[in-house]
Amino acid sequence: MNQDTLVQLAYIAASVLFVYGLKMLSSQRTAKRGNLVSAAGMLIAVIATLIGQDMQYQWIILGILIGGAIGATAALRVPMTSMPEFVALFNGFGGMASLLVGWAEYQRNLPEWSGGEPSYITVVAIALAALIGGLTFTGSLIAYGKLSETLNSKAILYRGQQIVNAAIVAVALIAIIVFAINADNPTTAASYAPFLLLVGLALVLGVLATIPIGGADMPVVISLLNSYSGLAACAAGFVIMNTMLIVAGSLVGASGMILTAIMCKAMNRSLGNVLFSGFGAVSTAGGTAKQGEAKPITPEDAYYILENARSVVFVPGYGMAAAQAQHVVRELGEILEDNGSEVKYAVHPVAGRMPGHMNVLLAEANVPYEQLVEMDEINPAMESVDVAIVIGANDVVNPAAREDPSSSIYGMPIINVDYARTVFVLKRSLASGFAGIENDLFFKENTRMLFGDAKSSVQAVINEMKEDA
Amino acid sequence: MSSEILLLFTFVLAIFLGVELISKVPSQLHTPLMSGANAISGVTIVGALVAAGSLAEGTVSVVLGTLAVVFATINVVGGYLVTDRMLAMFKTKQHGGDK
Repeated sequence: MNQDTLVQLAYIAASVLFVYGLKMLSSQRTAKRGNLVSAAGMLIAVIATLIGQDMQYQWIILGILIGGAIGATAALRVPMTSMPEFVALFNGFGGMASLLVGWAEYQRNLPEWSGGEPSYITVVAIALAALIGGLTFTGSLIAYGKLSETLNSKAILYRGQQIVNAAIVAVALIAIIVFAINADNPTTAASYAPFLLLVGLALVLGVLATIPIGGADMPVVISLLNSYSGLAACAAGFVIMNTMLIVAGSLVGASGMILTAIMCKAMNRSLGNVLFSGFGAVSTAGGTAKQGEAKPITPEDAYYILENARSVVFVPGYGMAAAQAQHVVRELGEILEDNGSEVKYAVHPVAGRMPGHMNVLLAEANVPYEQLVEMDEINPAMESVDVAIVIGANDVVNPAAREDPSSSIYGMPIINVDYARTVFVLKRSLASGFAGIENDLFFKENTRMLFGDAKSSVQAVINEMKEDA
Repeated sequence: MSSEILLLFTFVLAIFLGVELISKVPSQLHTPLMSGANAISGVTIVGALVAAGSLAEGTVSVVLGTLAVVFATINVVGGYLVTDRMLAMFKTKQHGGDK
């Protein structure tokens, strides 16, 4: 067996480990090991590549040291509340790496191709790696900016936006064709110019395609960019004709696509609507504002109700992360449990700024996994819930989605907190959510508003409970 | 040509495999799934290593390759570490964290 066969076998092993690792990630019991299995696959892939052919190692070592230091420091330091922007940024780095691989491969093949016989599959793959990788990179940077609130998270819309974007895509496709036609041109500039144009367009496109997407739609964007980073790796796999790269890239591409579909479904919107409509940028007129009277309560009132509650469900949203309230929420949950209540935490699929983010924050605050429940699990049981406590969530508990066909969120699946006997809404004011529509929940008969910062409100309730205990 | 077709074949099958694998992930684990998948997308490091390490290269190609190694390594190392950090926090009640 020659060396090359061994390397290929190692690649097969790595692919199997990726598949298996991903599978194990789908259950809480095996997830941690699954991640290690997939990391082991990566290690095998890297080692096999390094020993598979004669190489000079100095640049590799330099690159790995720099990248490893940055990656490890960032990963160990990032607070859990910042996870959305962190993942967005890392998606972008993957895209950039794929762009650079395509470019380096083009540069390496250039002397052979100019005036010779290029492989057109490789040429097109290089172009695709540059296009997908480039737009993933800048798209992720914009997403990072919006999520970390370095940039305004509002959707930026202007007249003719889609025409401009479509024009850029068209020019990019023309650049790919010109690039491919001229790949064998003895004058290297003939193919280099369209290639550089393509890279530039990809980078611009990433920015322009991401700015019209508002803060509340970020779960979709992150999922989509995640998918793109996988597809970019796939394209890089076609460039260097590496099956493992293609398999691993497709797995990530598929997983990102599925999450994207889940997020869209949870908002009852099509992907096209999310990407192009700039939802929430203009305050939609929909929704007949049946203004009633909101009933504010004090922490003391809240305490009297909670004291006798047999079952309590917390429904967190982005506001919990913004107020860093997850730890006090868990503390209140524990006090209620000690008091004999059954406590659960129900998380809407698009609560927060990335899929599953609320669950990570609650896990960080030591909420046991079995108390975290999905929307479909809690809704049928909602009528037997004594108190539902909404913390920093708004549109995902708005009954208009169920009742008001004129509302812009009509049809979106929501957590039916209004079916609980009593609903507490912790909120700074009666302001509307991302979707810019009134929330009838605030004015329902069984709703009580606890105004103020989520963290201090919860703390105040805890103090009441402790005082009395 | 046939080897390229085989690659395409692999690509299509792997997409379907991915869809089957992921479609049953509970929403509680979506964030670690995404960051774990993100780490896997750093597999492009393999291409980066080849570019940065090849012997008979022009400088431009090596520079691009080395940059690619940096980006891909950030992705791989950071992605796996942060996923591990997150998953370590998901505890069941039996061995639940200290209160």
